[in-house]
Amino acid sequence: MASLDAPRIVSSRREFQDSFTLARYLETGGYVALRKALTMFPEAVAAEVDAASLLGRGGAGFPAGRKWSMLRKSPISYLVVNGDESEPATFKDHYLVERDPHQLVEGVIIASYALQVNQAFIYLRGEFALGLERVQQAVNDAYAHGALGSKIFGSDFSLDIVVHPGAGAYICGEETALIEALEGKRGFPRIKPPFFPAVTGLYGEPTVVNNVETMSNLPWIINNGGAAFAALGAGRSTGTRLFALAGRVKNPGVYEIEMVKNTFRDLIYDPKLGGGIIDDKQIKAFIPGGVSAPWFGPELLDLPLGQDEVAGEGSMLGSGSIVVMDETSCVVRATWRITKFFSRESCGQCTPCREGSGWIERAMYRLEHGGGRMEDLDLLLDLCDNIAPGLTWPPQQTTICVLGPSIPSSVHAAIKMFRDDFVAHVEHGGCPHE
Amino acid sequence: MSHFRSDIRQRAEELVALYPRSRSAMLPMLHLAQEQDGYLSEEGIAEVAELTGTTPAEVRGTASFYDMFHLEPVGKYVVGVCTNIACLLAGGEEFLEHASKKLGCAVGSMSEDGLFTLEETECLADCDRAPVVQVNHRYMRTTTTDAFDDMVDDLRSGKLDHDVPPHGTLIRVRRSGGLRAPRQEVADQRVAAKAARESRAEETK
Repeated sequence: MASLDAPRIVSSRREFQDSFTLARYLETGGYVALRKALTMFPEAVAAEVDAASLLGRGGAGFPAGRKWSMLRKSPISYLVVNGDESEPATFKDHYLVERDPHQLVEGVIIASYALQVNQAFIYLRGEFALGLERVQQAVNDAYAHGALGSKIFGSDFSLDIVVHPGAGAYICGEETALIEALEGKRGFPRIKPPFFPAVTGLYGEPTVVNNVETMSNLPWIINNGGAAFAALGAGRSTGTRLFALAGRVKNPGVYEIEMVKNTFRDLIYDPKLGGGIIDDKQIKAFIPGGVSAPWFGPELLDLPLGQDEVAGEGSMLGSGSIVVMDETSCVVRATWRITKFFSRESCGQCTPCREGSGWIERAMYRLEHGGGRMEDLDLLLDLCDNIAPGLTWPPQQTTICVLGPSIPSSVHAAIKMFRDDFVAHVEHGGCPHE
Repeated sequence: MSHFRSDIRQRAEELVALYPRSRSAMLPMLHLAQEQDGYLSEEGIAEVAELTGTTPAEVRGTASFYDMFHLEPVGKYVVGVCTNIACLLAGGEEFLEHASKKLGCAVGSMSEDGLFTLEETECLADCDRAPVVQVNHRYMRTTTTDAFDDMVDDLRSGKLDHDVPPHGTLIRVRRSGGLRAPRQEVADQRVAAKAARESRAEETK
């Protein structure tokens, strides 16, 4: 049975229809944490986040506190919030920006205070038309409430937040590409080193980039203390997390549950969560953390939802999205669609990614639609090996950013787990499911 | 002579004032240009270049990178159907095929009456209501073909005019005022904060 007694940290206003309004936010404890933070030294606020061991919720899972503290030598100029949520089947930031924008804004103000940053940007993907309206309204309300602008709540701290729309590009979720987009350019990831925008970021100045969900955790952490957050979960995976469950389940949706204390089986099958597979079919495979993550088979359903636990089995919890495939799903078609996505979204700077993704997509297309050859299986693995040599996990990188090395994840996993399905496609001259 | 309507021009100028460098206003301003013209016209691109301190070639070069910007005219309603993994598992491809028939246009093209453009999109982050459909970037949540057909009929009859405003993702996004943390105040605060932090670090040594 799932363990569901942990407090809801980021989705506590879920039941309210008007959860996005300032009135509801204030009624439910809004901006109390900010007032408290402003009475603390900035380092003390950062120390609470450090004590919470909050891992970044964007995908890479880097400790947020460390992201802040490793840069303390040079003052940070800008805070940029990454709300470009585009990893396929990830939709938890969508929930947060539409349903609880004030929580996000308060988190951004708290983080800005901890970092002593006076201008922050909230970058939201352009397809979030309603999310952009809601977050902009929350920012407007926060100014009117005295929580933003000159001398916030009478303190010696001033801050402006600008809400910035993206325009449809998966790659802009990569933090240096996002910065390029924010500078008004094509979203090309920047060459590393420097590895962190904290060294050279927006306009060449030290910049911290954090995810929407990471920011949304901050009001609770300041109100309840970092230790209370760290008491939830286990090991390196502390607190709760929003999991986006999609695919062949009865109740797809966003669920906030405690890290590590629950397993994939709990999330997928518990009647209060996923509710099991549609028509009570058998699960065939699941993707544990966005399409960049290698797939798992049903034998790993009892694995706890924790960063290290999933990494130990050769995949990642990534963006917190779990996609379920059942016995009716065609894994070849699913793999083809994922490679088509990467091929479309490759920015084109690096040869292995630009050429490799298109080549893989074409081979996958003919397997699925007819014309596939037995030697295509080896060809696919060879192509994957050229993008991420050795096909290890975490993957070796031959490209500027991690989009390239993410391409082989699904292809390699699908061929390894379901070789018979691929062979059947070749023999059948296309998809036998149709 | 400005190509932008006066209200769009004013919003564009306000955008520039929000950023340390004017080129940063590029993406939001391109959304505004599209709000006026429905797509990025020559004239719109020239004006964005003027306001962001760039050249039309730089504006076009930037815009062409992003899926949401149209360099050619599109229908009044841009219908996006997602076929990425979660939607695929919910029949997204068949759904897209149905949409193409219902709207009378091939994927990637505009219907003859200029009312619809159909696009196959990548993940739109609404995967618990798959297959996901957006019209002018509003989530329609029509997960059955019947619901989709009703929605299209409602669009034709103007019943959804309020829910689905024309082009321009930012049409209802209004910032109340510009930046409000005065520059000198911020500069003073940064100096004071740095000194205070250093003295606290000294004390704890």
